[in-house]
Amino acid sequence: MSTPTPEASVPSSSSAQPSDAPITAASAAAARTVADAAADKAAGGPPLLRLTELTKHFPQFRQTLVKRPDNPVRAVDGVSFELRKGQTLGLVGESGCGKSTVGRTLLRLLEPTSGKIEFEGRDITHVSGNELRMLRREMQMIFQDPYGSLNPRQTIGSIIAAPFEIQGIKPEGGTRKTVQDLMARVGLNPEHYNRYPHEFSGGQRQRIGVARAIALRPKLIVCDEPVSALDVSIQAQVVNLLEDIQTEQQLSYVFIAHDLSVVRHISDRVVVMYLGKLMEEADRDELYEQPRHPYTHALLSAVPVPDPHKGQKKERILLKGDLPSPQNPPSGCVFRTRCPKAVEKCAAEVPVRTEIAPNHFVACHFPEERQVL
Amino acid sequence: MAQHTTGMPQDRSATTAASRAAAPEKGATTTAPSDAGYLDVRGLKVHFPTDDGVVKAVDGVSFRIDRGQTIGIVGESGSGKSVTSQAILGLHRRTRAQTSGQIWLDGEDLMTVSDERMRELRGNKMAMIFQDPLSAMHPYYTVGAQIIEGIRVHHPDQSKAQAKTRAIELLGLVGIPSPARRVDQYPHEFSGGMRQRAMIAMALSNDPSLLIADEPTTALDVTVQAQILDLMRKLQAEFGSAIIMITHDLGVVAEMADEILVMYGGKAVEHGPVEEVFYRPQHPYGWGLLTSMPRLDRARTERLNPVPGNPPSLINIPPGCAFHPRCAYQGEAPPQACSTIVPDLIECGPDHLVRCHIPTARRAEIFESDIKPRL
Repeated sequence: MSTPTPEASVPSSSSAQPSDAPITAASAAAARTVADAAADKAAGGPPLLRLTELTKHFPQFRQTLVKRPDNPVRAVDGVSFELRKGQTLGLVGESGCGKSTVGRTLLRLLEPTSGKIEFEGRDITHVSGNELRMLRREMQMIFQDPYGSLNPRQTIGSIIAAPFEIQGIKPEGGTRKTVQDLMARVGLNPEHYNRYPHEFSGGQRQRIGVARAIALRPKLIVCDEPVSALDVSIQAQVVNLLEDIQTEQQLSYVFIAHDLSVVRHISDRVVVMYLGKLMEEADRDELYEQPRHPYTHALLSAVPVPDPHKGQKKERILLKGDLPSPQNPPSGCVFRTRCPKAVEKCAAEVPVRTEIAPNHFVACHFPEERQVL
Repeated sequence: MAQHTTGMPQDRSATTAASRAAAPEKGATTTAPSDAGYLDVRGLKVHFPTDDGVVKAVDGVSFRIDRGQTIGIVGESGSGKSVTSQAILGLHRRTRAQTSGQIWLDGEDLMTVSDERMRELRGNKMAMIFQDPLSAMHPYYTVGAQIIEGIRVHHPDQSKAQAKTRAIELLGLVGIPSPARRVDQYPHEFSGGMRQRAMIAMALSNDPSLLIADEPTTALDVTVQAQILDLMRKLQAEFGSAIIMITHDLGVVAEMADEILVMYGGKAVEHGPVEEVFYRPQHPYGWGLLTSMPRLDRARTERLNPVPGNPPSLINIPPGCAFHPRCAYQGEAPPQACSTIVPDLIECGPDHLVRCHIPTARRAEIFESDIKPRL
């Protein structure tokens, strides 16, 4: 398996050098390390989380007489971004774009195929065993489905206490008291300690999931579509809870969602993915106000707005067709088959992630500033 | 209140008739009550007796739509919106559900028609698009076979070959590439958006004049949702169907609907033209929904204002106004009224009905001072 675009690993900060100069992978990596070190110094230490060219392929097999390897599913294909302490990074894209796989891989729930994951400046790409278990105290996850992610045969108390048990921690003041404090913190009645998940509504169950995730006081939580299964009137409750806990505990979130309005509300920085690749990355306001990638334009223009006059007049960029298979992604730019602006060059060359404005990265041959909202 | 519902939409149908002049008026000859709409639902109740008590899923809902019009039914899970649409299709007939009220479709009383007639109407004159096309389609039969079955049930004179030609034509109409090949594929070979298109093709197979879409785009991505909504609009313009759009997405109804019915705890709490409900909402639940959601068309706010509490259980609907335990404006209503008396649907603007105890003048004041700046 070869890295599809060695150029893509050229760090943004070194883009000053002539781009046509031949760059070997090694020199690029060296340049990256040097540039990163400089950037880290400027920003006051390494970021909490840094992904470099993270790739996750799922091998596939053709079942003939003998099992033969087929093209792998390229779920995540060279994704790089950084997350600073106390910040929220929104990860958006259509279903099947690999955003959940990024979340799971960075938590080391899946083994990355290649690339690097750094947590607090430490390479955690291949840690295992006890070291990995210790790492889990720092990184937790909140799941999308509040029905499927809680064991129906366990009481709420034992569900929220599970992290302590697994980690072998005896919290001060006893497990029961700590769990009840956590329940109170997320807005549940601590007296419901012995109840079962089915006795709670969707919103309350999601609060249980939040309590379990913050039990060990992690530094990073990956929230995988935490509000999309909830009713509109409940979504805001859970979003506010997540924000309050973030401020209290200086938490960082990777917030995976397909709802672009919720992502704008909660994120500091936003990454747009398509078919396993990063399309655009920028600070929240910049991304929503000056999106440059045609895919971001299409996504933003497709969101229906709750305003009859604006909604019916709004100019929509309708994408043709469906998402191509991640097993056989299109050549060149993966978005070209649905892109309204695609030309021959898009099929021939893979667009490189470039810094088009300070801290604003785009992977497109023809980026264009366009107001969509 | 009944007077009201019947008298109110008259002038609206006059205005919409003009705007729909282009649409073919196939079923225009009605023999029903002269004031009835193409679909007219009056005082519909659907109650399910269970071991724990009676679940009042729908408890007195009235609305009407004409051809070429779209009504959006909005509400949280368990507010009774899907049960309403199932009742129109007569899907509760053989269950233990207790259904009462009146449903008129093109002059026919759907509550009293025979089961055979209901079967004739279902899939023919009225059709449904379900939320989850993967579970609504049979995994064992090809997409084509399922569309063909629907055509031949209602048109036994058509040969299989004719029906298949029609199926291919329909798949092409909803924008499925190479329909002649796709018609012989199974549902699992279609992507989510394509399955939803195939569902729409199936629903359209007999040119229904009433289309009920139950969360047709909830399971889809925004880009695909935009395609499907666009398709539904085009088809409506072409065939002049009446559409009931059931959704919890206020953005989708704002875009699609002419009229909106907001349901809460099995009852309509607000009902009116789309502009009224979005620009001059009058029910505190509507206020809560519109001010609690983050919006892309507005400047970002630092903090969301959620509606407190949880949606009610339908077995145990709070006494009085079902929304009162979550209502921030209870103090504005006459003392004790909210928790003891079920409010009536009253008129509060042109064609605009609301179910709330707060006096209309005071409600308008609260809206102007408190809600409008936050919309």
